[in-house]
Amino acid sequence: MSTTDVELPVLTAKDFASDQEIRWCPRCGDYSILAQMKKVLPTLGIPKEEIVFVSGIGCSSRFPYYMDTYGFHSIHGRAPAIATGLKVARPELQVWVITGDGDGLSIGGNHLMHAIRRNVDLKIILFNNQIYGLTKGQYSPTSPLGKRTKSTPLGSVDHPLSPLSIAIGSEATFVARSVDVDIKHLTMVLERAAKHKGTAFVEVYQDCNVFNSGAFDFASKKDQKIENCIYLEDGKPLIYGPNRDKGIRLNGKGEPEVVSLDEVKEDDLLFHDESANEPAHAFQLGRMRWPDMPEPMGIFRDISRPTYDGEVARQLEDATAKNGTGDLEALFNSGDTWEVK
Amino acid sequence: MRCSASVERREPEATRFNEPTAFDSRTDFPPIHSEITLWFRVTDVRITSERSHGPLTSITERATAERTKHDMSTAATAEVNGKESQELDSVVIRFCGDSGDGMQLAGTQFTNVSAVFGNDVSTLPDFPAEIRAPAGSLAGVSGFQLCFSSNEIFTPGDEVDTLVAMNPAALKTNLQDLKRGGTLIVNEDAFDKGNLQKAHYESNPLEDNEALAGYRVHKVPMTRLTRDAVEGLGLTQREADRCKNIFALGLVYWLYDRDAKPTEEWLSTKFAKHPSIAESNLRALKAGQNYGFSTETFTVHYEVAPAELPPGKYRKITGNEAVAFGLATAAKLAGKELFYGGYPITPASDILHELAKLKHFGVKTFQAEDEIAAITSIIGASFGGALAVTASSGPGIALKGEGIGLAVMTELPMVIVNVQRGGPSTGLPTKTEQSDLFLSYFGRNGDCPMVLVAAQSPADCFDMAQEAMRLAVEHMTPVFLLTDGYIANGAEPWPVPNIADLKPITVKHPTEPNANGDGYLPYLRDDNLVRPWAIPGTPGLEHRLGGIEKSDGSGNVDYDPQNHQHMVETRQRKIDLIANDIPEQEVFGPDSGDLLLVSWGGPFGAVRTAVDRSIKAGKSVAHCHLRYISPFPRNLGDILGNYKQVLIPELNMGQLRHIIRGKYLVDAQGYNKIQGKPFLVSELTRKIDEMLK
Ligand SMILES: Cc1ncc(C[n+]2csc(CCOP(=O)(O)OP(=O)(O)O)c2C)c(N)n1
Ligand code: SF4
Ligand SMILES: [Mg+2]
Repeated sequence: MSTTDVELPVLTAKDFASDQEIRWCPRCGDYSILAQMKKVLPTLGIPKEEIVFVSGIGCSSRFPYYMDTYGFHSIHGRAPAIATGLKVARPELQVWVITGDGDGLSIGGNHLMHAIRRNVDLKIILFNNQIYGLTKGQYSPTSPLGKRTKSTPLGSVDHPLSPLSIAIGSEATFVARSVDVDIKHLTMVLERAAKHKGTAFVEVYQDCNVFNSGAFDFASKKDQKIENCIYLEDGKPLIYGPNRDKGIRLNGKGEPEVVSLDEVKEDDLLFHDESANEPAHAFQLGRMRWPDMPEPMGIFRDISRPTYDGEVARQLEDATAKNGTGDLEALFNSGDTWEVK
Repeated sequence: MRCSASVERREPEATRFNEPTAFDSRTDFPPIHSEITLWFRVTDVRITSERSHGPLTSITERATAERTKHDMSTAATAEVNGKESQELDSVVIRFCGDSGDGMQLAGTQFTNVSAVFGNDVSTLPDFPAEIRAPAGSLAGVSGFQLCFSSNEIFTPGDEVDTLVAMNPAALKTNLQDLKRGGTLIVNEDAFDKGNLQKAHYESNPLEDNEALAGYRVHKVPMTRLTRDAVEGLGLTQREADRCKNIFALGLVYWLYDRDAKPTEEWLSTKFAKHPSIAESNLRALKAGQNYGFSTETFTVHYEVAPAELPPGKYRKITGNEAVAFGLATAAKLAGKELFYGGYPITPASDILHELAKLKHFGVKTFQAEDEIAAITSIIGASFGGALAVTASSGPGIALKGEGIGLAVMTELPMVIVNVQRGGPSTGLPTKTEQSDLFLSYFGRNGDCPMVLVAAQSPADCFDMAQEAMRLAVEHMTPVFLLTDGYIANGAEPWPVPNIADLKPITVKHPTEPNANGDGYLPYLRDDNLVRPWAIPGTPGLEHRLGGIEKSDGSGNVDYDPQNHQHMVETRQRKIDLIANDIPEQEVFGPDSGDLLLVSWGGPFGAVRTAVDRSIKAGKSVAHCHLRYISPFPRNLGDILGNYKQVLIPELNMGQLRHIIRGKYLVDAQGYNKIQGKPFLVSELTRKIDEMLK
């Protein structure tokens, strides 16, 4: 019986819910991300047992406990490395990494960078709440300059980094951003990430209701987000605003600027290209940050490159084709041997 | 019995040469090679069968070794080609020179040639710590010592019979190890003003009758002779000079009556694409041999007959190679893929290099971004069902600590190879030490027990790598395999195992629910407290692992105080129970008596040799060599109680001693050497004598 004869059972979001009580704070943005994930997974046609969630440490990293798939809640910052080992050993699995802004960009920054540049076929979702939630509210590498927290009573003096810049600078093949409560948009982004072959890096703005409440109102509140965000569409010009009458154009220095569509023709605007050869376009979009500029949301980059796990498997196949399946007898007798009579 | 060959580092590929000049043997000592003490004649050796039966048979079994003392009287003398030929039982040679002089290569070739001839061999490569120490400097000296014998041997020798020194720095740093009356061969061309200065010599020691009195000195203009030999091949002077190690090798081949054929073949293959380099090296080799044959200075040459090893096929193997072979074998026996995640570090990197060649065995190697990623990647691979392994040393093992704790908590199988080197911090990267026992035993947060096994010789790494993997997968625990730089780079003849004799490894991945109803409980334990290893892709057994304390059985997060006490005790008990699955400890020598030496790891050969000699000298001494450290063999406590005194020699400040004293409340004494070098047999015999006074 070939596998195509087997009807996959139709799964629903409920099938992906584990029996564990969810312990995030009330109105934490993590709930919404969990809900969207449970919605997306049944649409992928992948058997539940072939999906694995790997996380580090942080509020966000509790995520795998709430999914009825295989899961691994590991140690702080190391999820990309654990997931790499798993995916290389078992390329047929779909492996998701759940990380936070501290987990993924502070203690685990090195692993994140290397997983991305290797293009391991992982779906990495970084919950960015611009704060250390689990340890009760210290500033993080993404907290804005001047942020007052328990560890920075006079405001932070270190410059934040942009997760998307890190991902793009690490040669990511898929880069996207969405917002926890933007249900439709987040679902779309997760679906696209799931379907990408290679590392898919997704930053999700996530509200920490307790330690950093409202940090992303500009992008999540209905009335504010249309004013502040540009929803990227591949091949289309960058247009936004409640009346869709504003656009982005590159000025003489090649820098993006906001223009009125009353004065500038659509054709003269900056057009989005997910699959641009050079990452410069995606990088430029990633650096447009509210409140200085309207902030892009959606898929910044989606290109194709061989995956690390795929190449490792290919080398094994090639070596086996060339040398035959490894034979211990031959191995032991390789090199200089001699006979003692 | 160990012979070894070593690893080539930054040594130039080979060399070529020229031809002879005069030497001078200004001292006229009889050869005293026969004093070389440390070899055994083994009358009841069953190495082949023991090794092929896997790690559980202890090497102590073949301890019916009977030492033959070699003295002048055993040396037969004959006349060959007008030169005198003497037969010796064992010889220790050391090649030393600048780390650009190709000493590792010369030593490795001599080892191969002797092994193929049938001698037992043991080697000790000694690398400079700085890869780019200035040429000619004291810090840049590289050495390769080997012992070859017509008897079974366990160490590369205490004292050097023949020292080949390629420059003043090498002479200065190595002369103290040459025995009185030993043969010294120097490249006199290298003793120019600049090199003498770099070696901090105020005057030329070769012109100083006092300095070298007591040695048989042969001053050979190797640089010039090598250049002459390769003349006409169109080499640059630099290329020509790189052949002088091969000239020196040829000379020593003549001195010890070696058949150069394996080296000639090796050179021809190695430089097949560069015929002029191949030719120049072959000429250098020949010129070296001819020089010995035709010049007046070498009046005697020596023969060392083949050793009486048990019949069968042999191969030379280093410890790192043996680890790689053992792991690949374990995977094959278990019918699984091997996943290796590692970050390069001396002296462990060769394990990665060896495994990277075995892709057709289904071996996947992952060069991680650091040691933290290395250990965590193998945790992921193990969760996925692969046989997972990482290897590192000192600082790298320190970085892996948190990850190993996660492996203990999630009870996933994997092997962590710890090729120890001198510490702390960067320490002595190229030197051997046993100072990371504590790190391996205790180096994790929480009460965090795991299995520790230790290989005792290069070939034993093959057995212990398999044993480590067997214990890991059959008991669902991370396992440390301890080796050290000495074992890792050293080599010995290895009886090629019979595949059918290898011990199988059983891996079980459940496919059915194990709980009432249709649930799967990832921490439902069997009688040995071992949990099941269900892997992703198995329908119905979806579960989550993690580093937070968990409820026994379900594996769900659990902060309950009683549960934590239960889980900590259970994890310890699970490791303790493994004592039932490892062999009882054996003792070499009497079952009770005045003194018991307890050792682990690399010192095996030196301690065994010293104890054997003391027994032969009528002393009441025994040797207990541990290959299992956590848990200890179940009868160890009884053994320790059977002797009036216990001595634990270690290349550290007394780490095993600390653990044994704590566990068994015995007043064990230590003998501790922390010099980056292995024990000498003579040091140990002295200590034994002192304790028995
Ligand atoms: C090695 C280590 N260092 C520090 C901690 C403490 N710690 C746990 S979570 C965390 C930061 C979490 O922040 P983030 O990744 O942003 O996750 P969030 O809780 O905000 O979702 C820290 C510092 C730890 N668990 N392990
Ligand atoms: S502390 Fe913040 S991030 Fe953590 S669960 Fe509560 S609201 Fe969510
Ligand atoms: Mg955070």
